[in-house]
Amino acid sequence: MTDTTQKAAPARHPAPVRRRRHDTVSSRSWRDHPLRRITPWLFLLAPLALLVTFTYVPVGNMIYYSFTDWDGVSPDRNFTGLHNYAQLFTRPELFRVFFVSFYYLAASAVQIVIALYFATILSFDLRLRNLFKGILFFPYLINGVAIGFVFLYFFQDGGTLDSILSWFGAGGDHAWLGEPESANTSLAGVSVWRFTGLNFVLFLGAIQSIPGELYEAAQLDGATRRQQFRHIIAPGIRPVLGLSVILAISGSLAVFEIPYIMTGGSTGTSTFVIQSVKLAFQFNKTGLASACAVVLLLVILMVTWIQRRLVPDDKVDLV
Amino acid sequence: MSRKPLSAAALLATAMLTIAGCSGGAAPSTETAVAPSDASKASGTITVLTNRTDLVQDGTMGRYAAAFNAIYPKVTVKFQGITDYEGEVKIGMNTADYGDVLLIPSAIAKGDYPKFFAPLGSTAAMSQKYRFTGKTDVKGMTYGIANFGSVNGFVYNKALWTKAGIANWPTSPAQFLGDLKEIKAKSAAAPYYTNYKDGWPLSSQWTNSAGSVSCDAKASDALAGSDKPWGEGSDLHVIDTLLYDIVHEGLSEKDPTTTNWETSKTELAKGKVGSMLLGSWAVHQVRDAATAAGQNPDDIGFMPFPAQKNGAFCATLVSDYQLAVNAHSKNKAAARAWLDWFTDKSGFATKEGGVSALKAAALPSVLKPYEDNDVKLVERSDAKTEQVNAIDNAAEIGLAKQDYRQKLIDLARGAQQGSLQGYFADLDKRWAAAAAVAGS
Repeated sequence: MTDTTQKAAPARHPAPVRRRRHDTVSSRSWRDHPLRRITPWLFLLAPLALLVTFTYVPVGNMIYYSFTDWDGVSPDRNFTGLHNYAQLFTRPELFRVFFVSFYYLAASAVQIVIALYFATILSFDLRLRNLFKGILFFPYLINGVAIGFVFLYFFQDGGTLDSILSWFGAGGDHAWLGEPESANTSLAGVSVWRFTGLNFVLFLGAIQSIPGELYEAAQLDGATRRQQFRHIIAPGIRPVLGLSVILAISGSLAVFEIPYIMTGGSTGTSTFVIQSVKLAFQFNKTGLASACAVVLLLVILMVTWIQRRLVPDDKVDLV
Repeated sequence: MSRKPLSAAALLATAMLTIAGCSGGAAPSTETAVAPSDASKASGTITVLTNRTDLVQDGTMGRYAAAFNAIYPKVTVKFQGITDYEGEVKIGMNTADYGDVLLIPSAIAKGDYPKFFAPLGSTAAMSQKYRFTGKTDVKGMTYGIANFGSVNGFVYNKALWTKAGIANWPTSPAQFLGDLKEIKAKSAAAPYYTNYKDGWPLSSQWTNSAGSVSCDAKASDALAGSDKPWGEGSDLHVIDTLLYDIVHEGLSEKDPTTTNWETSKTELAKGKVGSMLLGSWAVHQVRDAATAAGQNPDDIGFMPFPAQKNGAFCATLVSDYQLAVNAHSKNKAAARAWLDWFTDKSGFATKEGGVSALKAAALPSVLKPYEDNDVKLVERSDAKTEQVNAIDNAAEIGLAKQDYRQKLIDLARGAQQGSLQGYFADLDKRWAAAAAVAGS
């Protein structure tokens, strides 16, 4: 006890000592210098400039465009007030594409379950577990455009999937991307293939941050793997699980590259973002498309908010 | 420190930059781009934007520049090949920096041409010498000269058609369908290939055929004043019904969602595909594919849209991209010199199998069968293109975009619920509603 107070004592008053010594040179120390207050801001200058230039200015511009009738190139644009939003909400076909998101939402549920399952298994000691970790994470590293092209061949009539199915005697002759249901399911399947790795890594990280003694204690108490998962892992990774669900929902609402590359939104696979892109770049309705983007942003913010209210971000306390 | 000052600062900066971003660049000059009278004195460096990245890479464009320099020694020509031409140039046009000579992107509204391009001369004078001047005519001034023009028609595999016992060109859509059925019955080939996945072969190629049916140069212009462009008997009705029937009768490729344009050329050359609706520019490419695949390039033929007016075929002649001079260019004279030389003297159009913008130039050899069979070439009028495009965009139909014909094919093959008549009625309704707002 005395030891610590002795140590702490000199630390409590180092500044006055030093200031007295420096007073002879300058009247004030750096600590009281007015510039000192802005030092952290100087360090933040570069990241803030980047953040403002590439996030806030474009969003500000987008909001501004959403109130105009701009066509995307013309130097002239007219302010039309809420006209774009009025149009958006009075044309049901513009919102119908949100139903396509349900395919991806269902896929996200599957994806989280798969990722959780493998993360749990591979967090225990297993042979070749680093290899399996690599295999599971690998698809996430591939560029989305490349994935689109690869799976285009995969789903082709008489392509890889058909050949594999024919080995098992299942009639390998189906236009997978040719009918709305199978097209959306196929595309959602590609999205599962691609993003499971990301969820998996998030879960794995969270599981491995749970102290190992807990498992040991649980094992000593005779808990099975299932019970360990139920009472240690699941509550331990709840914040990450919550985050994954939020990402899954916002991701499902804003699906773009996989369907855009693979089908271009044809055969009923158009999503809200594809529709916005087409409005902006095919029909030169940049104003209306910006309004779509603003609405999508608000929908996602709202969903996230509702979710946070329903499942508050509690502190994890396992012990 | 509280977070309020941070967000306030960010918002302020955003607002300021937003306002700064909104004020456009300086107003471009409206002086006419005139070629220098003395070729040896013209100087400067000009940048030419092109969508033909293949010709830039294989040195063809460089050879054109060298030939140009023989006449204009002090002008340096630089090429910028852009793969996603429409997308990139459109965005670049928000600034003043979009090359000196460029192809006019289709996204630019015709009425806006004077804001972006230097006038090349009065249309009255230009139209004496050049075709297609109507396409870039704004208030009596011409803003672009066509790279080349294309004639519409079906590229087909003559050997395959002959094998199926077909000697003459079909003269009606019904006969065309009958011929395709013959081909299907007598070979394993897909009688028609839609190129659904790549999309673009469904867009302008088909729409450009409007005018081939009625033999009317103003068929496209008429859309501006029409309430029922897809009404019974109209050009678009005939064209789209033919496409619907081809797919509905199972005469096209089996899985349209995974088609591939590059492969389709080889398949057409090999006789695995019977026909594709394209422009005359495509004949060269398919013949090249035939040579590469070890087939006879002479097997590739070109026939007009199966419709006759007064016993004769008609084929629309439409302009490809138009070359224009950037209104912000600092070397307008040199740019104009290049543009004139490229159109008049380079021989580019003929080499590409297109119809030269020069009225005096002869038709390319691929159109020999058209000449032999007295196919009447109809140069499409573009007098009302601006209004038609405005209505088209407002209706979100996309006459020159792939989506609406992709949906047509989806209906035909049963991938979407609905009837052809219902679809036409819906298109008519959307067109009429948009025309009421945007057409004036």
